Amino acid sequence: MAWTKKILRVNLTEGTVNAEPLNMEWAQEYLGQRGLATRYFVDEVDATVDALSPENKMIMATGPLTGTMASTGGRYSVICKSPLTGVMACSNSGGFIGAEIKNAGWDMVIFEGKSATPVYLHIENEKAELIPADDLWGKSVWETDELLHQKHQDPQLRIAAVGRSAEQGCLYAAIVNDLHRAAGRSGVGTVMASKNLKAVAVRGNLGVNASSMKDPARFMKEAAEQKKVLAENAVTGQGLPTYGTQVLMNVINELGALPTRNMKEVQFESAHDVSGEAMHEPRKSDGKTNLTTNGACFGCTIACGRISTVDKTHFSVADKPEYWGNSGGLEYEAAWALGPDTGVDDLDALTYVNFLCNEDGMDPISFGSTVAAAMELFEEGAITTETTGGIELKFGSAEALVAIAELTAKGEGFGQDIGMGSKRLCEKYSRPELSMTVKGQEFPAYDPRGIQGMGLAYATSNRGACHLRGYTVSSEVLGIPVKTDPLETDGKPDLVMAFQDATAAVDSAGLCIFTTFAWSLDNIAPQIDAACEGDWSVEKCAEVGARIWNLERDFNNRAGMTAADDTLPKRLLKDAAKVGPASGKVANLGDMLPKYYELRGWDAEGRLTDETRSRYGLPA
Amino acid sequence: MQRSLEIDPGKCTGCLQCEMACSYELEGAFNPAHSRIKVFTFHDEGRYVPYTCTQCDEAWCMQACPVDAIVLNPETGSKDIINDRCVGCKVCTIACPFGTVNYNTSSGKVIKCDLCGGDPQCVEACPTSAITYVDANATGLDRMRQWAAKTDTQPATA
Repeated sequence: MAWTKKILRVNLTEGTVNAEPLNMEWAQEYLGQRGLATRYFVDEVDATVDALSPENKMIMATGPLTGTMASTGGRYSVICKSPLTGVMACSNSGGFIGAEIKNAGWDMVIFEGKSATPVYLHIENEKAELIPADDLWGKSVWETDELLHQKHQDPQLRIAAVGRSAEQGCLYAAIVNDLHRAAGRSGVGTVMASKNLKAVAVRGNLGVNASSMKDPARFMKEAAEQKKVLAENAVTGQGLPTYGTQVLMNVINELGALPTRNMKEVQFESAHDVSGEAMHEPRKSDGKTNLTTNGACFGCTIACGRISTVDKTHFSVADKPEYWGNSGGLEYEAAWALGPDTGVDDLDALTYVNFLCNEDGMDPISFGSTVAAAMELFEEGAITTETTGGIELKFGSAEALVAIAELTAKGEGFGQDIGMGSKRLCEKYSRPELSMTVKGQEFPAYDPRGIQGMGLAYATSNRGACHLRGYTVSSEVLGIPVKTDPLETDGKPDLVMAFQDATAAVDSAGLCIFTTFAWSLDNIAPQIDAACEGDWSVEKCAEVGARIWNLERDFNNRAGMTAADDTLPKRLLKDAAKVGPASGKVANLGDMLPKYYELRGWDAEGRLTDETRSRYGLPA
Repeated sequence: MQRSLEIDPGKCTGCLQCEMACSYELEGAFNPAHSRIKVFTFHDEGRYVPYTCTQCDEAWCMQACPVDAIVLNPETGSKDIINDRCVGCKVCTIACPFGTVNYNTSSGKVIKCDLCGGDPQCVEACPTSAITYVDANATGLDRMRQWAAKTDTQPATA
């Protein structure tokens, strides 16, 4: 069945687990995963709740295509209120645990309350129980993974866990599953740790039964045809498998849109040294390449994942053999945040720090960007070696990056400050203007001075600065589905809105957004329609996407967000790019925002009008 | 011409499309837990290795079965389970040196690869051609070709 039609409700305060039927009316309106979980969330949680209080809830949700043969159908999302942004958090992850939750018979798991002592949830098909985790508290994600596999004597157990950074209150802590896949952004791991929930360990062998799909034969035909489309596309068939998302490093740099040294500059002189191409070059010490192979998430025929090693002779790991093996390597956003944004051009240092982010569950984007802000604070004299515990926190210092990462992963020393995120860090040291954030969340790797549509996408993203809510880079840089001029603002409000809506639908199906380099809703809707009850036309999918977007926005407004929060840091609005194709440009957000509100059916304050609310049938 | 599954782990990305195709064909569900082919991840080494029955000529599972529930399919060379005969004694799972015959608790029978009667679905589903279905007399052909390509055909010069 596309939906299992069952949800698992876990009350951590009471220590109870209960099965409930899925609300199928909502499933028709919100599809699954991101959309459907958000519908449950806004129904059950007051928008003004303290994100780290027991009253916040956390939902792990799969989509109707999760666990099926649709390519990339293995995704799940974590939905809660974010402690970093104070608005909706929705972090999407691949790996294998999403499909495992589905195979165990659950569409989603809702966590509520807070356990008095550390626990983990063990799911084995219909049986679910909370088990004490006192022995796991204080352990990294990787240690937790190993201990749980040993304890349950089950190598096929799929595990998601939080690390020490989350336990120590790092506000951008991630939930890491399958060792190196993460629901990374907005501090969903911080929320999980605040509930004293250390891990979720799942084993399912019920499978997704084809006979209860709407039309299994048509689904198999559609899924096979659409896999061919991915294979024949230059990005999903060649670029991503070969270079991963790191295929973008040199491209974006040449475009003059690679934010550098806390977004002071738009091109990084050493971009090549930390690029996807560099990961294929033999290193001097042992002749091996950084990249060992590419790896796939569940059901994914693209396989963009990087499996890498750090050079054993590199200073960061020379005396740490436990880091000499392969693990999840650099993807573009992480490589950018840890590299160009901090000015560090040492590929091994970046790879090691990326390992640490996985090992202890930190969002590498927010971590890297916060280090970049700290480096600027340091160079400006707002903080000193006294503040940093002796670390010379200069732009370009790989040693400083590594030292700070080790501290932040464990929540020690100056790592506590870095764990607050860029906004709170810069406020603490009285230089709020140096924080490169929207709604408190750090930027990813595209400078809106060089890619104008992304400025609007960042400002209006429902989870703060983020590339995964409306990736107009596809159109503005890669020409997908049509090429638009990255330096122009004309037509961008429409473009951003279309990308935002389509993305919400793709996420909610349980598919990966990377398919959209080759697929549009024309390729995706037929797969949903063959699998799911109801009529899932392209138009309906787009409408569901718009409904989800408005629902998230409405929650954010209730949480206290206003039009004033739909903005960008002054640096991007006032300081023009000095070099490259975008030279002389600032982010022209003001040209786009009013038109965007109008298209959305929001008032000048960015609130849903009654008409918009009724158009999408949103709760009053 | 009889064919064999030829597996090249170097091409595998660990996506499990093969496991889903297998369980869909034989169980009617996307259910890697019941797949006859399994992909193993060696995380530290960065390797993915699909593994399944090689259809031994003198099949230990077939020899060990006390009720003749495992029979040779002369067309494909596969050793197939006759479900009506299988009593779930699991002796074959012990006899198989490679672990590729397994018991299924939900049916009370054992399961193993039957080459889908000559049209193996894992091969269809594999996006990287890590699993192919080739002439059983020339499973080394692809590797031979790779080495042949490296052969220096220029005459030696003094």
